[in-house]
Amino acid sequence: MRVALFITCVNDTLYPRTGQAVVRLLERLGCTVDFPVEQTCCGQMHWNTGYGTQIEPLVRRFADTFAGYDAVVTPSGSCGAMIRDNHPKAAARAEDRALADDVAAVVPTVYDLSEFLVDVLGVTDVGAYFPHKVTYHPTCHSMRLMKLGDRPTTLLRNVRGLELLELPGADECCGFGGTFAVKNPDVSAAMGADKVRNAAGTGAEVLCAADNSCLMHLGGMMDRQRTGVRTLHLAEILASTEELPA
Amino acid sequence: MTGTFLGMPPFPEAAHDAVNNAQLRHNLRKATHTIRGKRAAVVDELDDWPQLRAAGKAIKDHTLRHLDRYLIQVEEAVTAAGGHVHWAADADEANRIVTDLVRATGERDVVKVKSMATQEIGLNEALADAGIRAYETDLAELIVQLGDDRPSHILVPAIHRNRSEIREIFLREMAEWGEPAPADLTDEPRVLAEAARRHLRERFLSAKVAVSGANFMVAETGTLVVVESEGNGRMCLTLPETLISVVGIEKVVPTWADLEVFLQLLPRSSTGERMNPYTSTWTGVTPGDGPQDFHLVLLDNGRTHVLADEVGRQTLRCIRCSACLNVCPVYERAGGHAYGSVYPGPIGAILTPQLRGTASALDASLPYASSLCGACYDVCPVAIDIPEVLVHLREQVTEQPGHRAERAAMKAAGWVFADPSRLSRVQRLAGHTRRLIPKRLPGPGAAWTDTRNIPEPPAQSFRDWWAQERGSDGSPRRDDA
Repeated sequence: MRVALFITCVNDTLYPRTGQAVVRLLERLGCTVDFPVEQTCCGQMHWNTGYGTQIEPLVRRFADTFAGYDAVVTPSGSCGAMIRDNHPKAAARAEDRALADDVAAVVPTVYDLSEFLVDVLGVTDVGAYFPHKVTYHPTCHSMRLMKLGDRPTTLLRNVRGLELLELPGADECCGFGGTFAVKNPDVSAAMGADKVRNAAGTGAEVLCAADNSCLMHLGGMMDRQRTGVRTLHLAEILASTEELPA
Repeated sequence: MTGTFLGMPPFPEAAHDAVNNAQLRHNLRKATHTIRGKRAAVVDELDDWPQLRAAGKAIKDHTLRHLDRYLIQVEEAVTAAGGHVHWAADADEANRIVTDLVRATGERDVVKVKSMATQEIGLNEALADAGIRAYETDLAELIVQLGDDRPSHILVPAIHRNRSEIREIFLREMAEWGEPAPADLTDEPRVLAEAARRHLRERFLSAKVAVSGANFMVAETGTLVVVESEGNGRMCLTLPETLISVVGIEKVVPTWADLEVFLQLLPRSSTGERMNPYTSTWTGVTPGDGPQDFHLVLLDNGRTHVLADEVGRQTLRCIRCSACLNVCPVYERAGGHAYGSVYPGPIGAILTPQLRGTASALDASLPYASSLCGACYDVCPVAIDIPEVLVHLREQVTEQPGHRAERAAMKAAGWVFADPSRLSRVQRLAGHTRRLIPKRLPGPGAAWTDTRNIPEPPAQSFRDWWAQERGSDGSPRRDDA
């Protein structure tokens, strides 16, 4: 199986450890992994802020870069949803039949990491070891757009040593919302503060999610408040072993 | 829309005050979470909810596609039943029609059933200008009116008030408007309700003219429908001699069989009840029973403009249940007033800028009053894709003047992402200068660093790590394999 990683611009630039964890994990499970270096960004920031007309080159780049793979795996529910839901719309708007066909061909091959593990590889125990208390934030786009369901928590429950603690109000938005955090800072901070309080209240050492953007917002807040809770992407926990702990 | 909202600041500014009002946030959180929980429980009871939701969506879409035909059917049926139909293109025309109708009766007072449409057009203020007093009779609406306040929720206009605040308002204001509150009024809900009951009873028995809205209009018979919880609406609809109903043109449903779908969707979505306590229907006039003079004012006020927009038109499916408000994390923190409109919350964030346009700073800020979390779309009983419409409206806003800096920034980001080697250079620059980035950022970045630490860029990006580990051709090194 030829697996391509779509690592996303945020992970590539700010969270390379997440990408490295995905590589380690998938190779441990027997996949041949490729990182097509022509990839850049899915265009979500432009699309969601009202500059959707600018993303045609990014849609084209994505479809060209990832054509021909059996699976495209991404560690971001938000970016995955952007490709699945909005790349076809952007291609339709461009009124370019060839582009629309290319997008239609690539979209069904795009998987979030947990989807790929559970649905394609058929694995729920990835052989990880992480002896810590963890609480999981499902993140809105992973939950509502990608519909990951209980895949991530099933994977976490099978991690040796890990104690999964339920997060109160888990399905509420953390308040990041891309440029929302900048355009509506007060409301964003109030939403984040509630999420942080709930996470810290569980007694967990780690707040886990499948989207580093939400974790960047929450982690930055927990860091400022010195809660002592750290953030980790799901991939990093699943890649964690006794020899190479996260 | 209503003049009371004129001059409101843009959403982020108005939300700033609400976020810092602990009492308001407590009231809002408590109320929205209670209704949210009730709704979820009664929706879960039905195993055909997804089918009902799809049916509601389909009926509304069909009706909107043939709106001209169904409106004419309504007009013919109402006229045949002895009622009078008036067409109002905008708020001014609707207000003028209603004012003239009230004047013709010679009355100076009217009672009102809670109506979003009349709030939208600012009818109470227009009547006041003509020397006519409009008395709100819905309990929550009464609280808002007595408190000289603005509604902050579609279903529960006084959601932002707690019972001790309501007690103070009743004691202070009721005497000014009619039957006073008893001097020994407590803040017990039963006692407060009794005071409102006595105050309103006097009003109902003396009123000769009533003004209502309607939740639905059934085209096949020209029947109007109001669903409510208190029975005050029914008093207004049946006791006065003249009834004037102001109804948005999107409220029509073709048949009674269609209405059945919405009478299941609406109460469960709005109050979290299987059925609302009172459902009133009226068709023209019935000699010797109820109002003998009935006028229907069909209100456009921007709706045909919304209908013309391929993405935005789904907004007109809205049945004003307010489920989207009750699940919205932004509404919960910002409160209804921050939206500067009678339609707050997620639905207001898409409906208001479509009805009013996005020329003002307030209206241009509304499409951004959402984190696009999607909870509103999930609960919407007629499946309005609110996030999709928000993004669509943002595109309209960014085409207006005043977005030069943002547009330039987005262009620059697009330029970087257009070429992986450019992205790589930016990443290396960030990695090399990471120690120089200040803890508190200036400009738009300040909003981030006021409450959050910024992540430190890593020394090496993923792509540089990959090139280093796997070589430029991307193949795994032998010893790794």
